[in-house]
This record gives sequence, C-alpha cells and structure tokens, in this order.
Amino acid sequence: MEPTLLKSKALPRFDIIFTCGVAFLVALWAIFATSHAEDVGMTVHGWIFLGAAIMAALGLVFTAHGTALQNDPSTYSDGVIRFGVIASTFWGIVGMLVGVVIASQLAYPDMLYFKDFGFLNFGRLRPLHTSAVIFAFGGNVLLATSFYVVQRTCRARLFGGMLPWFVFWGYQLFIVLAATGYLLGVTSGQEYAEPTWHVDLWLTVVWVAYLLVFLGTLWKRKEPHIYVANWFYLAFIVTIAMLHVVNNLAVPTSAFATTSYPLFGGVQNALTQWWYGHNAVGFFLTAGFLAIMYYFIPKQVNRPVYSYQLSIVHFWALIFIYIWAGPHHLHYTALPQWAQTLGMTFSIILWMPSWGGMINGLMTLSGAWDKLRTDPVLRMFVASLAFYGMSTFEGPVMSVRAVNSLSHYTDWTIGHVHSGALGWVGMVSFGALYALTPWLWKRERLYSLKLVEMHFWLSTIGILFYISSMWVSGIQQGLMWRSYNEFGFLTYSFVETVKAMHLPYIVRAIGGLLYLIGTCIMAYNLWRTIDGAVAKKEPLTLANPNLVPAE
Amino acid sequence: MSYEQLSAFAQTSGMIYFMAIFAAVCLYVFWPSNRAKFDKAARMPLENEDIDHVR
Repeated sequence: MEPTLLKSKALPRFDIIFTCGVAFLVALWAIFATSHAEDVGMTVHGWIFLGAAIMAALGLVFTAHGTALQNDPSTYSDGVIRFGVIASTFWGIVGMLVGVVIASQLAYPDMLYFKDFGFLNFGRLRPLHTSAVIFAFGGNVLLATSFYVVQRTCRARLFGGMLPWFVFWGYQLFIVLAATGYLLGVTSGQEYAEPTWHVDLWLTVVWVAYLLVFLGTLWKRKEPHIYVANWFYLAFIVTIAMLHVVNNLAVPTSAFATTSYPLFGGVQNALTQWWYGHNAVGFFLTAGFLAIMYYFIPKQVNRPVYSYQLSIVHFWALIFIYIWAGPHHLHYTALPQWAQTLGMTFSIILWMPSWGGMINGLMTLSGAWDKLRTDPVLRMFVASLAFYGMSTFEGPVMSVRAVNSLSHYTDWTIGHVHSGALGWVGMVSFGALYALTPWLWKRERLYSLKLVEMHFWLSTIGILFYISSMWVSGIQQGLMWRSYNEFGFLTYSFVETVKAMHLPYIVRAIGGLLYLIGTCIMAYNLWRTIDGAVAKKEPLTLANPNLVPAE
Repeated sequence: MSYEQLSAFAQTSGMIYFMAIFAAVCLYVFWPSNRAKFDKAARMPLENEDIDHVR
C-alpha cells in the first residue's frame, strides 16, 4: 500500500491545475468583459464570472492545507453529492415558485403586470421557470444521483480528484448566469436553449468535465459489468453534449457582447431546434431519470430489477428511436411533410420502449406490493412511473398530425409537459432525494414519514388539478380556434378564446401552488433529517417500514 | 437522384439498419451463456457496501 500511495502523491494533480487554469482564463476574460462590455447583460455576467473565479481561488486556498483535497481511493466521494441534494431542493423551490408566479400572472394578467419592472414580466420569467425546473432542479438531481450510482455500481471512487467539485460549482455558475441573463432580457431565442453564447461555452466546459468524471469512474470500475443505470446516465451525458453544441452553433457579434448570429436559419434552424428540444425531453428528462428508476426502485424495495434483459432492450430501443421524434413539433410548418411523418412515426414506435421500461420498473415490485402501504417514498416512485406511463401514452397520440391540428399551440401541450415534468420527473426526483438523504448523512430514517405522505398527496392532487384544467382549457381553446360560421368567418375573436381560459388558469395556479407546498414540506423534512432529528410521534422502532411484517 | 429513388433508398436502408440493431440486441440479450451474467447484474444495486464513504 505504501509505495502506491507515495506514487499517487508524486503525480501532479491535473485536476487542481485544470481548475486553476480555467479560473485564471475566466478571470482574464471577465476583467475585459466588465470594462469593454457592449451591453448591460455582458457587464453583469463579467462581474459574475469574475466573482466566481475569485471564489474558486479562495476556495482552493482555504481547503489546500486540510484533508479536503486529498484523494483517498478507499472511500467514496460523497461530499459533492450532499451538496447536490441541497442544491436540487433549493432550485426546485425557486423554479416551482416562479412557475406559480407566472401561472398567477396568466390567471390575473391585470393585477400581476408590473409596467415599471420589466424583469417581472411573463416573457422574462417563463424561461426562468422552465430552465430552473429542468436544468437547475432536474440537472442537480441527475448530477447528484449519477455520482452516487456510478460509485456504488462500479465500487470505485469518483474519478478526477476535485473535478466532480468543479462540475458541481461550474454547473451552479451556469444556472446563475442563465437566470440573470433571462431577467435582464438577454436570450438567444431558442426554446429551452435560451442562454447566450458565452454561457453556452461555459456549460460546454463543465459538461466535458462531467463526461470525463463519469467515463473515468467507469474506466476504473471493480465490477466487470456496467450496470444498466450507468448506460442510461452515459447516454444522457453524451447526447446532451451533442445536442447542446450543435443547437447553439453561433457567431458572436463581438467578444464582449451577448448577441450572436445562429449558424442555421429558417426551417433548418427550426428542425435543429426541435431535434434539440425533443431530445432534451428524451435524454435529459427521460434517459437520466430512468437511470434513477433502475437504481433506486430495486434499492427501495430490496429486490432485483424485474427483467435485466428487458432493461437492455429498453435502453437500446429508447436511445435509437427517441433521437428521430423531434419533427412532430413542426407539423403544418415549412418542414417537408415526409420529415413530419417521420417524426410522427418514430413517436408512435416510442410507445414500445417507454411502456416496456415502465412495466420493468413496476414489476420490480412484484411480491413486495405490500410495501406500498407502509413506505411513502416507494409510493412516490410508483406514482412517478404511473405518470410516466400516462404521459408517454399521451405524447405519441398528440404527435399524430390529425390530433396535433387540434392540440398544437394550445394548453393541452402545457398540460402534457407537466404530467411528464411534475408527475414523472418531479416525483422520481423526490423519491431519490428522500432515499439519498438518510444514506448520505448516515441517518437511520427520514425525520418523518407522515410528512412524506402529506407531500405525496399534495403533489398528486396538485398534478391532477394542473393537467385536468389544461385538458379543459386546451381542448376548448383548440375547438374555439377552428370553429367557423356559415359565412366562413372565425366564430370567435382571439381575445374571446383568452377570456374562456380564465377559470382553468386559476385551477392550474392552485394545482401548482399545492405542488410547491409539497416541495417545501420535503425541504423541511430533509433539513430535519440532515439535522439528525426524528419526529417525536414516529419513534424509530414503530415507524420503520422494514420492520412491518408482510402479512 | 430523384425524390422517389432517394426515399426508396432511405426507407429500405433505414429499415435494415434498425432491424439489424434490434436483432443484435436481442441476440446479446437472449444468448444462453449471458444469462448468469445478467442475473448477477440485476442484483448489483442490492449488494452491501463494503467501502467506507466519509467524504
């Protein structure tokens, strides 16, 4: 043991050199950006970049003399995952709060329109909401769980010394840059890819480091077989890298301006955008979270995956088919009809792998269904799979051109997205956070299972309010838009269709509020668990679900 | 190359490509000697942790 330790100490720490180098280059560029910026957005981002570089340097200096930077291969690197759990919860509340705010703005546009505060307008807050819940909340959940799962299933410490920390803090910096940009009105105008070119470049650096950490850990694994969850995580990381780079290809107008010219124009731009957009759903919100399903559900029920063979077919079928489904976002546009039909066909084929995966997850419970009664965390996972099944059934239906002619541009789409996002992504993430917290902080159990139950019902009822109000409003909207009178004129003016949405919008805002309250309860529960508390009314011996007999 | 020729080529080769990949995956999954490996892999999340994870 002694010689190898000496040898590893003698090696130069590339991770520290890399971090210092990146911080130096970022600081250098940021100093010029603050002084030469051509718009306010760039000035602000220059200062944020500079602040981040200084904090990185200070962080390195203050941790250098202690043990924090040491890299002991006989332990797992869990500190970064703890930060990931906290960051996920924090960004979840922020993103969902902004969601409730913009839902209320749509319900009461007169009351909640602030003429003098441009940054509070719907147009600025909407991308803040989508990016905060997808990339900040979902992204942090994926970072944290992938770091946890890859170490356990490879039985190896995370690769790269402090590189995982670079990935974590670099990703938080990306979130702050994106969010401040949106509030300042700085955007590249591509849906779900709104960050401007310099923020995109920063994310590329962080994402390549993430890929290196993940691949390096797989490389030094002690298990010969790579567990299926890691395949899903790897597909998520690699595909997001490809989508992000291609969709954001642009030429900046100057080195210190936020504006840029996209490489593609017209219908090519639209097709690339929805190739990106739909695969953000397919690989960020599906493949990554399926990885969570394949690790956390077997762990929570203490049973192996129902069919490991099905999981392999599931993986390859899903990734090969998803990548083609994007054009269904462009029905009845300038995109050639054959390309629209291609997207629609692949969307329908997706039914098979989606439901195959869902069944594989659900059947993992076979023989242990009684645990649903006693374990509310498991109930989160199962409800998430039910919503996954529902939204992956609804999606292909909506991708059919004839259905799309009614549903497109209406609230039905918004409802569909949220049954996937709140139901599948949100609930599977909550389940993972509830499972991870006691494991990471070495607690016997969560602070309170009753609070988990309350969270479960609040979020389930919130989702039902949300999606049923959006079905009503969306189908009504679609029918009103397409109705003609006997002279061939539109029956309704646009503003009449907006007025008809008022009641569903109020119901939607209430649904979102219930969901947000549930998330706040989770935050409290996790905080008390980390604190080491156990609810007085639920003593450990009585409330431990593992001790309840199956009969 | 006319549109018809191109679409005939794209459709045929696309079908062969997808069928070949699907067949390869199925062969790998149902190959008898792989059975034990997959049964073992299915239990990977359940194995007890023997590494102390402090940091």
